[in-house]
Amino acid sequence: MLPARLLPLLRAPLQLLPRLASSTPMAGEKPVEASIRSKLQRELEPTHLEVRNESHQHAVPPGAETHFKVVIASSRFAGLPLLQRHRLVNEILQAELAGPVHALSIHAKTPEQWDQNASMSPSPACLGGSREKGRGLRKEQDVGRTVLIALD
Amino acid sequence: MSGSLRCLRAVLRPLPGWAVRPLCQAAPGSGPPAGGEGEGSREAVERLVRAHPVVVFMKGNPAQPQCGFSNAVVQILRLHGVSDYRAHDVLQDPNLRQGVKNYSNWPTIPQVYLNGEFVGGCDILLQMHQNGDLVEELKKLGIRSALLDEEKNQDKK
Repeated sequence: MLPARLLPLLRAPLQLLPRLASSTPMAGEKPVEASIRSKLQRELEPTHLEVRNESHQHAVPPGAETHFKVVIASSRFAGLPLLQRHRLVNEILQAELAGPVHALSIHAKTPEQWDQNASMSPSPACLGGSREKGRGLRKEQDVGRTVLIALD
Repeated sequence: MSGSLRCLRAVLRPLPGWAVRPLCQAAPGSGPPAGGEGEGSREAVERLVRAHPVVVFMKGNPAQPQCGFSNAVVQILRLHGVSDYRAHDVLQDPNLRQGVKNYSNWPTIPQVYLNGEFVGGCDILLQMHQNGDLVEELKKLGIRSALLDEEKNQDKK
């Protein structure tokens, strides 16, 4: 079971990431992340855009670009139900999703919604499904805690 | 309505210049090509999603989810007291894994279907849980969310 005192440590690196509203690639940004950022920037003209590579939380090699979370505030989402907002993002990132990207978590808000509530749920922890069979499954207590984190 | 049209146009517009070469051709998510037959066919998936009011396609099973996103879906349903649902483990069947993605035109697993209709994946179910929509959607299926009773109990205290 994950000690409670470790939780802030898990969140800390995410909060330290700069919030970017421009398409300028970050220094050392990798190709898939840069491509996701520039496509979302171009197609959605967001007032707020975060592209987080969360691959390190999963059972993939170091430096992988497989698991991403995107946080987007764009007026293009106005009037669209959640499902259609997500479909729009999926379409824009179709090539990435058909290729290197294995998981994409989407937070799609209008600028007004973003101003009201600029928070989001952390991504759930990996349970090892992409590892070899029989390896990496966590204890049940961990699973419970993971969801508490995801839902709070 | 104009919003949806705008969306449609954006979706139909060809996306220019996919220049980045996929780094990882054998990404864990890329299953085998879609088969037109058997478990992964449109008809087969349709039968599955219509077989029960609540159907979930996930990695692993509800007792042992193999992915954090699938686990979150299971836990949200559990919070609402929804124990009677059909869960299909796509890790057991590559054809189904690809077939369900084709069916909903949705690139990721888990996928949740209510009354045969695709409602979304983990992110959407989580937001429906948070904004109260899930309680309403369950009500339409004749399922009373356990969270309603919990609220009542808290009111009494």
